[in-house]
Amino acid sequence: MQADQTLETKPQSGQPARLRLATIWFGGCSGCHMSFLDLDEFLVELAGKAELVYSPVIDVKEYPQNVDVCLAEGAICNEDNRELLYQVRQRTRLLVAFGDCAVTANVSALRNQLGPGNAESVLQKAYIETATANPALPGEPGIVPPLLPRVMPVHEVVAVDYFLPGCPPPADRIKSFLVQLLEGQEPVLTGKDIKFG
Amino acid sequence: MAAKTLTIDGKHVSVDESATILDAAVDAGIYIPTLCHLDGVYDVGACRLCLVEVAGSSKLLPACTTKVSEGMEIQTDTERLRQYRRITLEQLFAERNHVCSVCVANGHCELQTLAYRQGMDHVRYDYRFPQWEVDSTHSLFGLDHNRCILCTRCVRVCWHIEGAGTLNVSGRGAQARIITDLNQPWGTSDTCTKCGKCVMACPTGALFYKGATVGEMERDRTKLEFIVTAREKKQWIAD
Ligand code: SF4
Ligand code: SF4
Ligand code: FES
Repeated sequence: MQADQTLETKPQSGQPARLRLATIWFGGCSGCHMSFLDLDEFLVELAGKAELVYSPVIDVKEYPQNVDVCLAEGAICNEDNRELLYQVRQRTRLLVAFGDCAVTANVSALRNQLGPGNAESVLQKAYIETATANPALPGEPGIVPPLLPRVMPVHEVVAVDYFLPGCPPPADRIKSFLVQLLEGQEPVLTGKDIKFG
Repeated sequence: MAAKTLTIDGKHVSVDESATILDAAVDAGIYIPTLCHLDGVYDVGACRLCLVEVAGSSKLLPACTTKVSEGMEIQTDTERLRQYRRITLEQLFAERNHVCSVCVANGHCELQTLAYRQGMDHVRYDYRFPQWEVDSTHSLFGLDHNRCILCTRCVRVCWHIEGAGTLNVSGRGAQARIITDLNQPWGTSDTCTKCGKCVMACPTGALFYKGATVGEMERDRTKLEFIVTAREKKQWIAD
């Protein structure tokens, strides 16, 4: 969005520095990540130009410092999502709302329509009313994060630099976004490339 | 029939004096986004997407309900208009529950299409997430209030093309909603002829054929156009 945020890769001893790329999975179905994997052979090219420093597909426990770009899938549904998102925002230069749940809250936010008390009523429905064995609400302080009273798109919680909508965003849309970014351009998606759904 | 001459985006246009700015633009091949306008049905200027700038007027004017006048200088695509259109679209999305990914109209929706054409990649307003119902009491059609943008196309075709007078608007502001007869379930309506013109007219996923699932709700407007041609040209021809 702002010009000073466009990406500049700093050359290191003749070699262009690899982009420090992260992907993160909040309240979503992982479909956006599946679509990311659908990049197929472009993933190989991407691996040459970017270093994946955090992602559900690699085994890194803590979100690192100095991340250049983070693709954030999913809506912000629980306290864990929110805390992590604050950390991600602090440690990331360009935050991308990745897919409809991140951009609009989408299906993840259907419970918002039930009004106040929706978090309690969906848990009640799922874990008590429709349970066939051991009806009980899941709860383990410090392990099972409490649901937020309202599911939110990412930009309702922190500032977002770019929006990459779609449920999921098709692989060619992700590619077009990443290619522009890697070439140091301001990524711009237009027309059907910003269609929701 | 007197003609008026005017300019639209600098292009000289000559049209009949009865024309609206929208008619003139269509004639001249200039695109103005519209949502509540439906060819063949009278206009109400409800959605404000077709707003244009007219030299000498500080107000923005809806192209679909403003008649042309001699020497008018019209701009249809300025930065200010683009901003207003984007605001209007974002408010429509924030007002009710538009979950495109699971909507019957996904991929065939005029609201969705306008949104991406106008560059709307997210909604800056907080979504309201209101509670609305789906009326599925009719034997053939469903009405999902979550997706309704109150353009009243359905009401206008119901009254003025079919002449049944089943659909109407009740309430004001955020409470306004489409009702059938005396605010009763659609399936119990005495006046509905089951013609389906409302379903053909609806721009969004609010009115749908029962049985349509995600993305399946495509509308065939040819029947509607057939009747409009018959009314306007007194000829029963399909073109
Ligand atoms: S009516 Fe259109 S904009 Fe609304 S959810 Fe359905 S496809 Fe999306
Ligand atoms: S049901 Fe469809 S046609 Fe009728 S007012 Fe709502 S959006 Fe418009
Ligand atoms: S099309 Fe003109 S106001 Fe809706």
